[in-house]
Amino acid sequence: MSNEERIVKVFSESLGIDAKMVKGELKYNTIPEWDSIGHMALITALELEFDVMLDTDDIIDMSSVTKAKEILGKYDVDFL
Amino acid sequence: MLKGKITFITGASRGIGLASARVFAAMGSTVIMAARNRQHLDIAVNAIISDLPEAILFPLVCDVADEKSVKSAFQTIFREFRQLDVLLANAGVLDDALIGMVTSEQIQKVFSINTFGVLFCSQYASRLMARKGSGSIILVASIIGSNGNVGQAVYGGSKAAVIGVTKSLAKELAPQNIRVNALAPGFIDTDMAHSLSDEKFADRIASIKMGRIGSPEEVANAALFLASDLSSYITGQIIGVDGGMLI
Repeated sequence: MSNEERIVKVFSESLGIDAKMVKGELKYNTIPEWDSIGHMALITALELEFDVMLDTDDIIDMSSVTKAKEILGKYDVDFL
Repeated sequence: MLKGKITFITGASRGIGLASARVFAAMGSTVIMAARNRQHLDIAVNAIISDLPEAILFPLVCDVADEKSVKSAFQTIFREFRQLDVLLANAGVLDDALIGMVTSEQIQKVFSINTFGVLFCSQYASRLMARKGSGSIILVASIIGSNGNVGQAVYGGSKAAVIGVTKSLAKELAPQNIRVNALAPGFIDTDMAHSLSDEKFADRIASIKMGRIGSPEEVANAALFLASDLSSYITGQIIGVDGGMLI
């Protein structure tokens, strides 16, 4: 599975949303499922999936799917 | 009782932290012992190993008042262990003064270690625990935090904040099966207690219904209870370990 497929799966499963909704422009707090509680569940799922430990600043900055990919890139998780 | 568990203890080079490291290691936990001073930490580790050669200890220099230092410590824990089961946030300082003589530096120092340090450690610990879907966070408050005392507005305030942190985090983290409780030690036989004048020391003893000072091991045993599955349905509680002390 590619990293692109993995991040879509993580967003979809941890937020409980359809995988088709996981697009780059999907933003934090724009859907009921991605509130602060959903965000922390998402962070835990991303950390587990990609075996990383994110900085607090990165957790706060992770405001969209695009931003999530950019932040994971800092932890050597590349999205081509 | 704690076999296979990973425990992180701050302020682990002496007093309650050291006693807890010893008790937890004896119960089978791997113990990450954190303190600011490497030399004191090495002495503490060697003292435990000489009594418990089978103990699995991991010394880690960490200043809980420095967020970067805490972050670095948890990155090390993540790298080495990938999990954390128990946090015992014990590091603390006592710096008494009547309110008219308290300096801003004292306030900053006491709150940085006693309160901010607890928040920094809890933040990172809860995230590691969330990965596993379980954990026990034990914060060390104080009887002064719940009852107050003359000359201890700053210390008492910093420890009262710990009680608020405990109750809030217990509610926030319960859905992830992370329990959060605090110990509120009374007068315990540590360097902190012996920094008091003879007169104050005697006054404190006189205020304890059991008529004696508590030992660090007695606090460590309470921490062990909160760390273990014996307390699996207990969260958001402040457990006094004070021999019936009245303030």
